[in-house]
Amino acid sequence: MQTATPTTRTDSKHPDTDQVWAWLDEVPDPEIPVISLVDLGIIRDVEWQGDTLEVTVTPTYSGCPATSIINLDIETALRGHGIEKLELKRRLSPPWTTDWLSDKGRARLEEYGIAPPQPAGGPEKCPHCGSAHVHRISQFGSTPCKAQWRCDECREPFDYFKCI
Amino acid sequence: MTRDEALFEFLVRMGDNTLVLGHRVSEWCGHAPVLEEDIALANIALDLIGQTQLWLGLAGEVEGKGRSADDLAFHRDAWDFRNLLLLEQPNGDFGRTMMRQFLFDAAHIGLLEALKDSADPRIAEIAAKSAKEVAYHVERSGDTVIALGDGTSESHDRMQKALDRLWPYAGEVFIDDAVDEELAGAGIAPLPSTLKDAWEARVRHVMAEATLKIPEDDFAHKGGKSGFRHSEHLGHMLTEMQWLQRAYPDATW
Repeated sequence: MQTATPTTRTDSKHPDTDQVWAWLDEVPDPEIPVISLVDLGIIRDVEWQGDTLEVTVTPTYSGCPATSIINLDIETALRGHGIEKLELKRRLSPPWTTDWLSDKGRARLEEYGIAPPQPAGGPEKCPHCGSAHVHRISQFGSTPCKAQWRCDECREPFDYFKCI
Repeated sequence: MTRDEALFEFLVRMGDNTLVLGHRVSEWCGHAPVLEEDIALANIALDLIGQTQLWLGLAGEVEGKGRSADDLAFHRDAWDFRNLLLLEQPNGDFGRTMMRQFLFDAAHIGLLEALKDSADPRIAEIAAKSAKEVAYHVERSGDTVIALGDGTSESHDRMQKALDRLWPYAGEVFIDDAVDEELAGAGIAPLPSTLKDAWEARVRHVMAEATLKIPEDDFAHKGGKSGFRHSEHLGHMLTEMQWLQRAYPDATW
């Protein structure tokens, strides 16, 4: 994490945006807590408008029930770091894509047992045993962003973070 | 009719379609034939309700009378709804639910793809967001119609009955009216009739794979999209969907 010193601040009265990004990278996704909101790629912009901090967020799926919790978590985290004037903005365009997942986030998903999205449209390998022999059970899973797959080697079912 | 009046009407049609179908599909939660299908249906209902918030939210904004998406969803009666008659039809068995879903998904995806180029950027961005979700819906409903149509003799018969029953409700989506003409002239939305050929090609392909016969009669019931005459089923559905807001107006939690 970057240390905010008076000389690196864009304005001596408030923390710089790199610092804010670092704080947001500590806020976990409420449904998949091993990755952060920054890893998920839903924080689209952080900027100061005068003395108000504007954070722009894009929803993953339009009906994702985590959206309101995410906004609450962002607000709680930033207020905890002393941000007083905060505005959360919603941006729909361009629509969220799994291409925006960070490399760190993809690695953590796999360690957690969720296969990360692949351009081919299906998981590369089983996140449990590493076998490439896997098949799809359903294109829909326990949250809007996941599909259900099964490994033909270790026979374990697993979640796949599907491409969108 | 002013441009904004037409725009409000169009947005309510979009939002009521996703709301009514989303509610119908959610009625399956906990009742589907297998767990994976239960989860899939609930997820699809969730996508549709999410899209409803965007469409009806924008409708309220365009109307400018301070009505929110929730106000529009819960504080209107059947005659103010503008959804297609197809979508308010009861679920029936799982096969009929999937047939209704496919007939709509195939039209929905074509409309959303066209709306991505809308002259109104607020509509274009909702369409681009929704199209990504609906691409998964139509893939699943098409595959399921094929699997059940080309399945056992019982599943085939049930799917044929579902198609025969729902076909007269499928044509309403492509009937143009004054609202459509106003918005097409402004480059905001395509004329529905221009989307029919691509829909029909897709439906014919899937039904052929499913070994199902499309009825020859092209008669189409209408009155849902215009609000002129809904079927009796919508009122019953709203009675349940709106119960809490009617018993306890403006309740929040």
